[in-house]
Amino acid sequence: MSDLAGTARVVRALGARSIRQTFRRPQLISPIIVFPTLLLAIQTGGAGAGIELPGFPPVQSFLQFMLAGSMMQSMMLAGNSGGIAFAVDIEMGFTDRLFASPIPRFAIVLGRLAGTAALGLFAALWFLAIGLIFGAEIEGGVPGALLAIALVTTSALAVGGIGAAIALRTGSASVVQGLFPLVLVVLFLSSAFFPQDLMVEPAKTIAEYNPLSFIVEGVREPIIAGIDLTQTLEAVAAIAGIVVLGLVLSARALRHRLRVG
Amino acid sequence: MEAAAISPWRANLATVGALIARAKNELVRVPGAAIPGVLAPTIFFLGLNGVFGSLIHLNGFDTNSYVSFIVPVSMLQGAGFTGAAAGVNLARDYEQGWVDRLLVSPTPRWVLLTGNVLAASVRAFVPATFVLAIAFAIGAPWPGLDGLLVTYLMVAAMAAVAACWGSMLALHYKSQSAAPLMQAGMMGLILLTPAYAPLELLQPWLEKVAEINPVTHVVEAARQGFVGSVTWADTWPGLLALAGLLAVLGALALREMRRTNV
Repeated sequence: MSDLAGTARVVRALGARSIRQTFRRPQLISPIIVFPTLLLAIQTGGAGAGIELPGFPPVQSFLQFMLAGSMMQSMMLAGNSGGIAFAVDIEMGFTDRLFASPIPRFAIVLGRLAGTAALGLFAALWFLAIGLIFGAEIEGGVPGALLAIALVTTSALAVGGIGAAIALRTGSASVVQGLFPLVLVVLFLSSAFFPQDLMVEPAKTIAEYNPLSFIVEGVREPIIAGIDLTQTLEAVAAIAGIVVLGLVLSARALRHRLRVG
Repeated sequence: MEAAAISPWRANLATVGALIARAKNELVRVPGAAIPGVLAPTIFFLGLNGVFGSLIHLNGFDTNSYVSFIVPVSMLQGAGFTGAAAGVNLARDYEQGWVDRLLVSPTPRWVLLTGNVLAASVRAFVPATFVLAIAFAIGAPWPGLDGLLVTYLMVAAMAAVAACWGSMLALHYKSQSAAPLMQAGMMGLILLTPAYAPLELLQPWLEKVAEINPVTHVVEAARQGFVGSVTWADTWPGLLALAGLLAVLGALALREMRRTNV
């Protein structure tokens, strides 16, 4: 068996383990699915009249507008949950056993990220299904839906990289769990839940430069209007930036973890 | 020499006081434990204000300050989180054997429950005060002494309701894994109300849910001083709703406690 095929098997096995782990623990799956779904219902019902405000982009419904935000919330929390589970593995010594086994070290991180990406994919499908069930239309059709799914999945991979880096660096589940509020801050300071032009200062200005805003607009556009090349490229660039940051931080944290044990 | 007999009521009060003191000690000795309960409502408060602040321009809003409109909701949300955390702590105590030691003591079950619930009510003042201080700092108007008192009363009672809910689930599942259910239940109960916008501006389905959700009366009672003046007509439905919720959830929590064997 070639090295590449062997590594792919390890990544697949660790990815599958991370997905099973998430679905078996209510503490891990709730933030990814239950809370964003509950918040989607509450915000759609509570702030739905906002689409009547002058300056609100033309949308079929507030639910249609909110789908991208819920996917982002779920994806960010999937990255956080993946980091928590990775830190638990470190605390329990499971990662040490993997380090001692004859597999490439990067495959251990990649396995975790594969699981996080799969959860991102699940989140995208979940919210698209909810949207379709409750009457939201995907203006970009099947290609638009596929683009939104691809962007959410790769975003989960990117954000998961940062979660994995923090888990490797600290080796503490409680530290990674402590980042949960930060995820909410990043979300609220982006255009995930409302058009940036209608937000109140200083959130409005911060949202303009928040990379998450670029990603959310890239996911939202195929849903509310159709595929837009500029917004797609901006989203891809933002995701690529986070991937690079995650890779650099993960590589450094992995070296640190191997050094300190 | 014969020892002086202590009346059962005095003993029960002492036990409740000891349980509240234990919760207070946790707050003082592990200040980090209170941070998530304070941070979450604060982030929601600032976040919702930044994101949905322009909703006040819609016809039907009876205030020109979204900060005033949303701050009582965030204070109640803090109470919900604190009460749910009391349930999580009870589950942790069960897992670590502390509840077993309480159950073999001659203390009545309702006293143990009361101690846990009242401790949550007291702790809820921390996030509520923190959120309120931030609201004043960013321009929330003074709600009047009566408005403030009614809001704090609603916060304390809401924390007790949440603690009954959390304790019921903690004693039923006997595991901290039930924590998301404790938090999601309270989040749903508090936010499926006119939390983000007045009743008439909600989507029809949420308007119907909010109309039958008793916490709607609690939110409106807690909010009255911030958006207008305090009246008995807007206060008593909130008090009645909280009394009903406390009676039902308290009875269910007590039933779970009585079913719990050592």
